[in-house]
Amino acid sequence: MSRVGKFAILGALVVLAVSAGTTGAARQDHRGGTLKLLAKAAGGTLDPQVNYTLQYWQLYQAAYDGLLAFTKAGGEAAFTVVPDLAESLPQPTNGGKTWVFKLRKGIKFSNGQPVTVNDVVASLRRIFKVKSPTSGGFYSGIVGAKACLAKPAGCTLKGGVSADAKKNTVTINLVAPDPELKYKLAVPHATILPANSPTSDAGTKPLPGTGAYYFASYNPNKQLVMKRNPYFKQWSKAAQPAGYPDQITQSFGLTVEAQITAIENGQADWTLEAPPADRLNEMGTKYASQTHVETLTAFWYAPMNTNLAPFNNVKARQAVNFAIDRNALVKIFGGPKLAAPSCQVLPPGFPGHVDYCPYTKNPGATWSAPDVAKAKQLVKASGTAGQKVAVVSQDDEVNKAVAVYLQSVLNQIGYKASVKPMSANLFFTYAQNTKNKVQINVQQWYQDYPAASDFLNILFGCDSFHPGSDSSINIAGFCDKKIDAQMKHALRTALEDEPAANKEWAKIDKQVTDAAPMATLFTPKHIDFVSKRVGNFTFSKQFYWLVSQSWVQ
Amino acid sequence: MGGTIAGEAPVRAGDLAAIGGSPWAIARRRLLRNRIAMTMLGVLVVIVVLCLAAPFYAKHVAHSDPFHSNLDGKTIVKGKSVSVMQESSTGLGLGVTPIGPTWDLHHYFLGADDQGRDVAARLLYGGRNSLLIGVAAALLTCIVATVVGLVAGFFGGVVDGVLSRLLDVVWAFPVYLLAISLSTVLIARGFSWGPFHLESGSLLLPIAIIGVVYIPYVARPIRGEVLSLRRKEFVEAAIGLGASTWRLLWSDILRNVITTVIVFFPLVLAIDMLTEAALSFLSIGVQPPDASWGTIILDGQGLLYTRPAVALAPGLAIAITVLSLNVLGDGIRDALDPRAKLRRID
Repeated sequence: MSRVGKFAILGALVVLAVSAGTTGAARQDHRGGTLKLLAKAAGGTLDPQVNYTLQYWQLYQAAYDGLLAFTKAGGEAAFTVVPDLAESLPQPTNGGKTWVFKLRKGIKFSNGQPVTVNDVVASLRRIFKVKSPTSGGFYSGIVGAKACLAKPAGCTLKGGVSADAKKNTVTINLVAPDPELKYKLAVPHATILPANSPTSDAGTKPLPGTGAYYFASYNPNKQLVMKRNPYFKQWSKAAQPAGYPDQITQSFGLTVEAQITAIENGQADWTLEAPPADRLNEMGTKYASQTHVETLTAFWYAPMNTNLAPFNNVKARQAVNFAIDRNALVKIFGGPKLAAPSCQVLPPGFPGHVDYCPYTKNPGATWSAPDVAKAKQLVKASGTAGQKVAVVSQDDEVNKAVAVYLQSVLNQIGYKASVKPMSANLFFTYAQNTKNKVQINVQQWYQDYPAASDFLNILFGCDSFHPGSDSSINIAGFCDKKIDAQMKHALRTALEDEPAANKEWAKIDKQVTDAAPMATLFTPKHIDFVSKRVGNFTFSKQFYWLVSQSWVQ
Repeated sequence: MGGTIAGEAPVRAGDLAAIGGSPWAIARRRLLRNRIAMTMLGVLVVIVVLCLAAPFYAKHVAHSDPFHSNLDGKTIVKGKSVSVMQESSTGLGLGVTPIGPTWDLHHYFLGADDQGRDVAARLLYGGRNSLLIGVAAALLTCIVATVVGLVAGFFGGVVDGVLSRLLDVVWAFPVYLLAISLSTVLIARGFSWGPFHLESGSLLLPIAIIGVVYIPYVARPIRGEVLSLRRKEFVEAAIGLGASTWRLLWSDILRNVITTVIVFFPLVLAIDMLTEAALSFLSIGVQPPDASWGTIILDGQGLLYTRPAVALAPGLAIAITVLSLNVLGDGIRDALDPRAKLRRID
């Protein structure tokens, strides 16, 4: 190499070092300010082991940690599970049934209390004590979980979870190997909380966490405030990175229209809500640089109560599926750039997805047009014509428009339909509780983790159906023993042969779609509309916009 | 010869001769001479006729079903077939906008709403419901208030005490708060009491709720008037002559307070229509897919930015109707108020 070349390399290195330094300094300069988020209504309880809404799961990412975490990074890198409060991601032993986690040292909760193995054990027990919505779906494979599900108050997870304070380890024993346990320990329901946390839903009382921020106050009628956790020191950038804003607020009460206007005027930074149809064109033209459209692994669907007339009749459920014009629903959601018609549970691109649509004019792989004549025939054959049906939905513009559309379809095929819109604050738990006798409602499901079971087993597995509970995520109350057994088999297959398991999931997807406990409406894309001042917008495929990783100054 | 009221000029004989006829005929003539009131009555008649023609317009003119979503539908604009819901083709290509007013009576005259439904047809159907609820609720208010006012004012004592306190209880609540509270409970669950059962989506619910909350506002003045009439010489004379209670109430009292009720009616109707619109706007009045002007404003709320006509049209309809009713109500009051008559003659 020539001397000139050596100087050139040296010079380049100096420039790189300086620029790296200035970039780091520049990033430091972005620290501070208040990130102002908006939502039409509060998302219900703030308890991370009970709440099951995207609204708060997105915020929990910066406030709480589990033993493991999904990587806080943009794109599909976010699907990778990394150690969080655990030092490393252990390899299971005992044929995949035993997992031993070594806890990091020196981490403190936002109240100054150090994190210990006892907190971990207590938190895993608390999942059952507070009747977490996924206690049956995600964590029923832990030894002792059955007893905990039967008697939550006295849950000990005996033989399932134990701690060794000297070694600073926690051992989890499973009834059977679970290839998805690493995902399940990385979602907010497996958050590690102080051992002395209340053993019932904490409601509006914020619980201390270990994340970069803590929930300073929560008034569901007004505002939620997150502040920097004074005890936080970054231990893993991938698991829990430090954030930029000093404070994050989420204010409730404005209409979606007003929220969009506030963001356009720079009075707020982001809205949780799907933008109303009449603002989309403006956002896509005048504010294109502030509008982020991302593909999602999610679906909008209308669960039909399989234990309540008229939808305890499979023909009635199939009729609804045939009658729905998915293109119409795509239009309600904002057009083909924002949604695509779908008939099945698993979204495109998801493990186990194989195109399937029996509920269309020409049944086959994809949806083409509604078949209202067939739907009317099925309603007649089911003997349910003329029955009253109430469509329950959230009261925001898009959900309500979908509900009104479904009402129109139900009336068209022979039912007497009405619409019951309600606040998002109440809707999700209301729809789950069988006591409320919800016949059909409008729901959205966004993946918890990238596995077919998260859609099929969680939403339509027998373990997810808890009659009389607010935490019964199998809203349709669908429990087909044969299909359930196949789901469990697919879960076992995934331990050794994931492609084979995905083939099984594809078959299960078809069977569930045929049984029609829901009408799949469409697969959505996700829009984030941010203010001009929001920088470093990072979209994680797992938990969407990484709120704390954006700056406002 | 003319009579004199203290502080007022005597009425000339010629004037009285000119007035002539029964008090009702005089009032009718006076009302007919009030051009503004008559114009407003004309406007009201036009609105009512248009609303009654809603099914004809929807079926034979617009050829649309205003209660069924038509998101994938097409219509004709200037001879070309276009989508009722139009997808954006600029920028990021986001959004779908309902077609705007075409000003063509046969094809989405006022455009479409967010479900692709014909706004003009819904406006007419909505008007039917708004007027029906308003008229029925106003009738309910006036009839019940008249009975309560008559009984309380005439019998006095314990009866008056009980009825007046009941009215006070209703009056103690801000009227909109009471209406919203009742609607929130009843619209969700319906109403069941003994043999009476009203479905949650029934139009009878808003009628009953709106009708009830305004009863004290009419019953109070009627009671006051009855109290005053009860001490008049002609009533005491009738009592002295042995007239029955029923005769006293019917012939001597009611006939003298009925003009007050008639004056109240259009004003209560106007207020009832505003209340119905407010309740429906809050989703606790008329339930979808039925329409009222209030529900159409709610539908239009989400389209204010791109299709303001959806909200403006029913808003304008309510404003014109309420203005007409108020002006007509004033005209009726002027026509029926004998003191106003004497002042005018002067």
